[in-house]
Amino acid sequence: MSVLRPLDKLPGLNTATILLVGTEDALLQQLADAMLKEDCASELKVHLAKSLPLPSSVTRPRIDLIMFVVNLHSKYSLRNVEESLHHVDATFFLGKVGFLATGAGRESHCSVHRNTVVKLAHTYRSPLLFCDLEVEGFRATMAQRLVRMLQICAGHVPGLSALNLLSLLRSSENPSLEDL
Amino acid sequence: MDSCDTPESTPRQRASSRLKDYFIGATPLQKRLESVRRQTSFVPTPPRRKIPQCSQLQEDVDPQKVAFLLHKQWTLYSLTPLYKFSYTNLKEYSKLLGAFIAAEKQKGLAVEVGEDFNIKVIFSALLGMKGTQRDPEAFLVQILSKSQLPSENREGKVLWTGWFCCIFGDSLLETVSEDFTCLPLFLANGAETNTAMIGTWFQKTFDCYFSPLAINAYNLSWMAAMWTACKMDHYMATTEFLWSVPCSPQRLDISYAIHPEDAKALWDSVHKTPGEVTQEEVDLFMDCLYSHFHRHFKIHLSATRLVRVSTSVASAHTDGKIKILCHKYLIGVLAYLTELAIFQIE
Repeated sequence: MSVLRPLDKLPGLNTATILLVGTEDALLQQLADAMLKEDCASELKVHLAKSLPLPSSVTRPRIDLIMFVVNLHSKYSLRNVEESLHHVDATFFLGKVGFLATGAGRESHCSVHRNTVVKLAHTYRSPLLFCDLEVEGFRATMAQRLVRMLQICAGHVPGLSALNLLSLLRSSENPSLEDL
Repeated sequence: MDSCDTPESTPRQRASSRLKDYFIGATPLQKRLESVRRQTSFVPTPPRRKIPQCSQLQEDVDPQKVAFLLHKQWTLYSLTPLYKFSYTNLKEYSKLLGAFIAAEKQKGLAVEVGEDFNIKVIFSALLGMKGTQRDPEAFLVQILSKSQLPSENREGKVLWTGWFCCIFGDSLLETVSEDFTCLPLFLANGAETNTAMIGTWFQKTFDCYFSPLAINAYNLSWMAAMWTACKMDHYMATTEFLWSVPCSPQRLDISYAIHPEDAKALWDSVHKTPGEVTQEEVDLFMDCLYSHFHRHFKIHLSATRLVRVSTSVASAHTDGKIKILCHKYLIGVLAYLTELAIFQIE
């Protein structure tokens, strides 16, 4: 079973790679296009996967950030993400993993409760972002945010590391979370 | 004589009791803010709900009086609290609403073919339709057609029925002041034009707001689990689910019917805590159905949208339509719907 490890490959020169994992192919493709349109000093590479583990036959660069995309309209996407999480090494969760929940805007179509994803992100101590990927404006904003996160996780921003970013994102949450 | 064993209270306990004293005298607005603040806490607690039981208030309700509520399709709306509504003025409201409807019809806004006899509006209180003693009384509005011919029955045909109720609405009742009557759930049966007219009249008279109550797939699966958990002597209908698959160009609907006793047997094997339903049990129940379907048809139902749930207790559609079939669990079904309505108002 191949497990993704954050530091098992050497980094490429000025390259940052993000892996988007989720069942919603069309949405992931659109998000990837939006990200690649962004101006960025580093060279961006976006990999899309339906689920983990990734096929070992392909050579790929070192992955700097994994975003798991959950569609709140479909329980299947949640189950898929939960199963894929088992193929990620624990050291990845030090700031190099994030969760993205889409579909919260259309409440009447939701079959996954918001709290389920919140609990999942809390269990893995990773940031959770909400974004309606179907809406173009929100998607563009989220792409900008992900590009920035990716640059930090790849180490291209001097003075800020993935772990710094994680603690910054967590301190803005309700402090009562620490009691859990 | 005072007892000497007063408990040692830590500073934290003292602070919280001070806070509690502060809130006893708090205005409704402060209570509202406190409840909203409590809700936005990040601690995700898994919801637990009670399986609908026969409440003792149900015994007071004559099954024949509420029989007209069963086996009818009701469209659901959530309603904000009514300002200065009084149960003693029901006759006056009937006259006012009747006059309003007659005026609207003359304006030509609501034209119905073949409808040229008089309309009579009746407001009546529905006794016993409440969860706790604190809940306000439910009331019923009916539009009857008054026939001109004296030989026919004086009552006439019921054209439209709507009723307002509040079952276990404690979370809302705590936060409103005395002038407001909280009846967050509104059910209507009849022509849409009549519903719109009556809605306008209520909105103008009592400064409230109606909004259609949609039920999402998450809540439908909870309803399926809770209604399957209800003990029934004999089952009148098969348990049926309807899923909508989003695909172009045409929508695909998948319907899955189970024998109600099999559904109950499945639920009993999943159910652990007596008297309560937990999130894990609901998920497990639905997952069993999904995996069974997947084994036979290789289709992942969890990727589709649950649109309709139909059991022997009641049936619900995601557009906010409900039909209640069993009078024993009427209060239980309404309690859950009231919870959804309150959630939508807030």
